[in-house]
Amino acid sequence: MKSIISIPDFSKSPAIDQVGVEERVARFTTRSIKKASKVQGLKMALNMIDLTTLEGKDTEGKVKQMCYKAVHLHDALPDLPSVAAVCVYPTMVRTAKQALQNSGVKVASVSTAFPSGQSTRKVKLLDTTFAVENGADEIDMVISRGEFLKGNYNFIFDEIAAIKEACGAARLKVIFETGELSTLDNVRRASDIAMYAGADFIKTSTGKISPAATMPVSLVMLEAIRDYYYKTGIMVGMKPAGGISTAKLALHYLVMVKETLGNGWLSNHWFRFGASSLVNDILMQLAKEATGVYQGAEYFSKD
Amino acid sequence: MRKKKQSLDFTSKWGYEPAPENSDHIQLKKKYELFIDGKFVKPTKGKYFDTINPATEQKLAEIAEADESDVNKAVKAARNSYENVWSKMPAAERGKYIFRIARMIQERAREFAVIETLDGGKPIRESRDIDIPLAANYFFYYAGWADKLAYAFPNRNPKPLGVAGQIIPWNFPLLMAAWKIAPALATGNTVILKPAETTSLTALKLAEIIADSGLPPGVVNIITGGGKTGAAIVNHKDINKIAFTGSTDVGKLIQHSLANTNKKLTLELGGKAANIIFDDAPLDQAVEGIVNGIFFNQGHVCCAGSRLFIQENVANIVIQKLKDRMETLIVGDPMDKNTDIGAINSKQQLETIQKYISIGKKEGADFYQSSCALPKKGYFCKPTLFLNTSQSHRIVQEEIFGPVLTIQTFRTVEEVIEKANNIPYGLSAGVWTDKGSRIFNMTSKLRAGVVWANTYNKFDPTSPFGGYKESGFGREGGLHGLQPYLSL
Repeated sequence: MKSIISIPDFSKSPAIDQVGVEERVARFTTRSIKKASKVQGLKMALNMIDLTTLEGKDTEGKVKQMCYKAVHLHDALPDLPSVAAVCVYPTMVRTAKQALQNSGVKVASVSTAFPSGQSTRKVKLLDTTFAVENGADEIDMVISRGEFLKGNYNFIFDEIAAIKEACGAARLKVIFETGELSTLDNVRRASDIAMYAGADFIKTSTGKISPAATMPVSLVMLEAIRDYYYKTGIMVGMKPAGGISTAKLALHYLVMVKETLGNGWLSNHWFRFGASSLVNDILMQLAKEATGVYQGAEYFSKD
Repeated sequence: MRKKKQSLDFTSKWGYEPAPENSDHIQLKKKYELFIDGKFVKPTKGKYFDTINPATEQKLAEIAEADESDVNKAVKAARNSYENVWSKMPAAERGKYIFRIARMIQERAREFAVIETLDGGKPIRESRDIDIPLAANYFFYYAGWADKLAYAFPNRNPKPLGVAGQIIPWNFPLLMAAWKIAPALATGNTVILKPAETTSLTALKLAEIIADSGLPPGVVNIITGGGKTGAAIVNHKDINKIAFTGSTDVGKLIQHSLANTNKKLTLELGGKAANIIFDDAPLDQAVEGIVNGIFFNQGHVCCAGSRLFIQENVANIVIQKLKDRMETLIVGDPMDKNTDIGAINSKQQLETIQKYISIGKKEGADFYQSSCALPKKGYFCKPTLFLNTSQSHRIVQEEIFGPVLTIQTFRTVEEVIEKANNIPYGLSAGVWTDKGSRIFNMTSKLRAGVVWANTYNKFDPTSPFGGYKESGFGREGGLHGLQPYLSL
């Protein structure tokens, strides 16, 4: 039985108080995670990472190397999970798919004229279809921030809905580039639009703009996900991306997810980190927990 | 993915490890004496009472009980140092001593935080991040005023009153001592301070700091004991000023006994604050404000936001969010850094809270508590809501002083102002709305000494604090806080 979801007026998304958000975030960072819960949390975080390379200079060779790393994070340590996915440009999807084969690691592709999104709907749809046809399991699209800031919310809604349709079975992550939206009110509004338009994940940033993911921005998005879930019964995933490079910060994010959305979201089906340098910092912490000493950066592979 | 019934799972699939603060560095004496005339002296009658850790019910130390003759000694010392030393000292020199006390509190902040938590039951997170730093800040702030009183009150001739008797409560032991002592010293008065019976330790530690600081003997005297000791201070003939923070009942007794005397009086008494949520408020942040308003310090806060008013059209949403948030609150060992809500201060207070909870149930209000587990030993109370209450409920009218929130809905601005003011108290209030003009309208109509807008329970030395109606009179903090200690 399908229930009918009525579309709200996005100009009336709930108000956000930045001071209050920052105070709440500060509380997450004072939760003490150590010993067994630290190891458990770090492994969970590793398993939530979208290992990413999004550069003009990417080649098949580079992508293959990264895919190997995605499955073999640090073979010296037993019982390590793989990352959740690799995230590449559409032209690299086929290579990544072949490299990962049946490893269980998903292939995510950015699309829709990433990172600026400055192109026509037609080109964006072609971009998406190309990635899906090459085997992408997940699509990371960007919204047209210019149109959003003009107040053209229907344009954004339609854009997301159209890309969602082009995704077929692939799961759609919608990137807001929160560093360009400037206010938390806008972040909340973009979250509402994306979820009602069919996003499977909402994602903070491309990683190309500073600031990228921050905890206050992510908290606002998690709260939007919670409100949407209570309204519709539909779970939406969350992906902060860019700027999360330390194990400690990753744990703070997990605390935030746990205390905002609960255990239901503590898996890579519903929560991801878009990051690349985070992996080695987590590995370093795990090696320290296992051996009692920190090891130098060169003991961990850089792919 | 669709589910039939939406609910979030906050059980501990991935939990936090216990992270207890170390108390090995704390040195507590077996017995604490009275601090009179710069020295620790035994009480005349040699009587002592126990102070216990409310989280473990274990005895921490014995505290001297001062009787009338001890109070006499303290007043004599205070009078002597006022006449011969303190009132003659250049104001800038007075300021230096206060600065020194502030710095010494900062230096020993960790020790103070741990003792505050052991003795009072409040979570270490609060004593470490709020109580102790704020106490130091009050000393810093008033130290600055010491030599600038003429600028604080231009064209007047500010003069100290003499000897001040100060009686403080158990909910913020060191912070309340700072609120009282700092302005009294800055204005040139000498002090007899009595901490609350259940929480004397940090005040006595402060006495150690004061002794180490070289403050002239007798300027600050700290004597311990219960209600009788307090009464002896209040009724002493050679005291010029009484400052009391505590219950409204005791406040009334004090005011009664001071009638027909020349003593000046300030009272900071109970409260039953309205925390008002409008439908346009940032609701998720408002929920934080509700939690911070009523569960901060286990609700042992005179300005706690204990009456919640939610605009009816968002009531269900706010209550859902509040219940979810309550599931993430950790109640337990106050020494654990992860603990959000610690121990109730005393057995007696726990019984009061439980009495009100059973009254609320009998009155037919909808009772709700979070599902957290409580430690087996010690005095603890789950965070509690009473939904569907009205102004006529006793639990809405009377101060509970615990983690118990009553919730009412309202429809219009006029209605909520009327209900918020419909109480004998008037200490504080909170307003949550995205509309600036509405905030100003509300703050001018709410009969409360402090009104917070889109936040709650925020304290700062520069900001005056105090009540209307049965919440007392006189202001503490800020420039206003100097006035009760001066003749102008």
